[in-house]
Amino acid sequence: MYFDLTDEQQAIKSTAHDFLGARFKSERLREIAAGESGFDESGWKEMAELGWAGLALPEEWGGQGLGIVDLAVLFEEMGHVCAPSPLLSNTIAGLAIAAAGSDEQKERWLRPLAEGELRGTPALFDAGHPVEIGKFAMTAESDGDAVVLNGEKTLVMDAASAGFFLVATADGHRHIVESGAGGVTVIPEESIDPTRRLSSVRFEGVRPEATLPGAGEDYIPVFLRACVALAAESTGLAQRALEMSVAYAKDRQQFGRPIGAYQAVSHRCAQMLLETENSRSAVYGAAWAADAEPESLPLAAAMAKAYASDAGWRVPDAAIQVHGGIGFTWEHDLHFFLKRGRANAASLGDAKWHRERVADAVLAGETAPASS
Amino acid sequence: MDLTLSPSEEEFRDEVRSWLQENHPGPEPEAGLDEVMAFRRDWQRQLHAAGWAGISWPKEYGGRGATMIEQAIFAAEATRQEAPAPANVLGLAMGGPVVIAHGSDEQKARYLEPILTGEEIWCQGFSEPESGSDLASLKTRAVKDGDEWVVTGQKVWTTFAQYAKWCMLVARTDSDAPKHQGLTYFLMDMEQAGVQTRPLVQITGEGEFNEVFFEEARVPDANVVGGVGNGWAVAITTLMNERAGLAFGAISQIQNSLGRLSKLARETPANGGTAAEDPYFRQRIAQLHIEVETMRLNAYRGLTKTMQSGIPGPEGSLGKWQWADINQDLTELALEIEGAYSTLARGSGHAVAGGAWQYSFLRSRANSIEGGTTDILKNIIAERVLGLPRLR
Repeated sequence: MYFDLTDEQQAIKSTAHDFLGARFKSERLREIAAGESGFDESGWKEMAELGWAGLALPEEWGGQGLGIVDLAVLFEEMGHVCAPSPLLSNTIAGLAIAAAGSDEQKERWLRPLAEGELRGTPALFDAGHPVEIGKFAMTAESDGDAVVLNGEKTLVMDAASAGFFLVATADGHRHIVESGAGGVTVIPEESIDPTRRLSSVRFEGVRPEATLPGAGEDYIPVFLRACVALAAESTGLAQRALEMSVAYAKDRQQFGRPIGAYQAVSHRCAQMLLETENSRSAVYGAAWAADAEPESLPLAAAMAKAYASDAGWRVPDAAIQVHGGIGFTWEHDLHFFLKRGRANAASLGDAKWHRERVADAVLAGETAPASS
Repeated sequence: MDLTLSPSEEEFRDEVRSWLQENHPGPEPEAGLDEVMAFRRDWQRQLHAAGWAGISWPKEYGGRGATMIEQAIFAAEATRQEAPAPANVLGLAMGGPVVIAHGSDEQKARYLEPILTGEEIWCQGFSEPESGSDLASLKTRAVKDGDEWVVTGQKVWTTFAQYAKWCMLVARTDSDAPKHQGLTYFLMDMEQAGVQTRPLVQITGEGEFNEVFFEEARVPDANVVGGVGNGWAVAITTLMNERAGLAFGAISQIQNSLGRLSKLARETPANGGTAAEDPYFRQRIAQLHIEVETMRLNAYRGLTKTMQSGIPGPEGSLGKWQWADINQDLTELALEIEGAYSTLARGSGHAVAGGAWQYSFLRSRANSIEGGTTDILKNIIAERVLGLPRLR
């Protein structure tokens, strides 16, 4: 029993903390958020050099071969600065090809992705249709031996800077479509979170480069790992919002005292700490399960994503209240954290959806995880 | 990172598990407190004979010298199997550790063994009617008279005072010193004319705790623990011990309650199905499971940290706060699931589950008060974990 990071994981954490803290200072975050594409080319290159593009992807295909705990460490730090980066979408695409692709496809798509030379992003949800995890409306039409795709995907992350899309169809397959292919149109959407851009992507008579042989349930482990990474990012958002609040509450004086001396403020901060620590515990418990006890992962990931979905926006929300009027201004960075937290809460299944998975498991009689 | 038990820890768990299975005395008698205490005394004798009393105590003092993880395993397993509490909970968790940490050799020789066997029950005389969370403001006075101290004052919320031989008493011995410095920790013999106890009836109708009145009660100088004027530091040790020992038992207890809650939901009709199929109840039950899991994982993280640094940190306050919140939510939800039948209590033939949830609901109101109120815990977290300024 040892529930803490190893020395190696601690090293990843401090490297990430230092690099991201220097890279994404407030001014830079604002520049990227206000930019046309929302993409930071030079930042991406540096991350790729650090091996982050393929951190949890197999070494055999150019990745670092590290685990989901390591990935969670990295994403927690990404959240700590609200990093504007396609690392999440790229990681999900990489995990998907690793799980469901053929060797030939891995050589062609996964290796450059893991090495940071080519970015991919999943294109899952169909515009105009309700979003249901694992259910897709677009059909893979056949034209002789070839597949043809028609329709519009939406809520696609980082579409403007991606090299290829992994397009989901109703039969549970994912198809690789290069972003420059004929019949592909990217339509940027206004997203609540300006540091993670969402787009719609229209496919008109598009013939994919490849179809991954895996389908349906093969993507469940990918989804669960993505949930852990996103929950880790939300934990980092909460951590930073807490730090900003505590610093402000020590500094800001009203009625002749720092406001942090008043229990209305200090108890709010204590609540923020509780939610942040709970979120972190749930995330690392799930990350550990992904690496060491995969049979516990579905329940653990649902718990982590449910909890972090709430904490990831509620803690920044509370931080705005601690800050008062200044926290509500565009000039203060808190709104980026609130917006990212709110977007994360609704992505990859919201808290309600994940709690329903937990209810399924616990009301059927499977209660405590196996390890106690 | 490794959330599994090592082979030797697994072996320890299996040993605890099978001993408890073979020796479990069954449920506590559904009778008065006297019968319950007699039952718990028997159970403690049995635990002691098998070496399970005071497992955290060093071996030289009759304990087992168990590691922190072993203590956690024992507490979790005993609660999981719903083993009764030993009679002398406060002596084992607080009195013994204080005597071991601060007592003289004579005190160790005199007091430790009867704590372990349960022959002598201990109670804690800290809180007073006007000194609750602000414990250091307490007014009970001890005045030196030869080689004795004469104690006058009143204590309150004194659990099991009516059965106790010894009271861990904190009294003011110097009224001129700053409030934290004028206190002394005594071991007071409860069996004397100057000590009167009066049970306080709780909102559950039970009388676990008491008011204790000292009127010129006598305590020999030899019963001072840790030196005159050092009572605050000694008392703080006992509170730290209380917190460290509780977490894992508390988690198992909540897991047991959650199991019962799920059963209640599956068996209670709602909207043409069962409460377990009702979307609102499902969300609430799931959230409780998630909260308990975060509490369990926090406790593991805390344990890892304590094993590295040697002392429990102020983060332990988070667990106590969380436990109170969860336990209260859980019992509130049970009554919601029962609906109109939740108005029937123990003794009614139509009460659901014999009225157990009505009792738990009422009892859990104290969870955010006993052993450090949630409001005070938030102050501790704000000041000692977050470093926010003190209001005082």
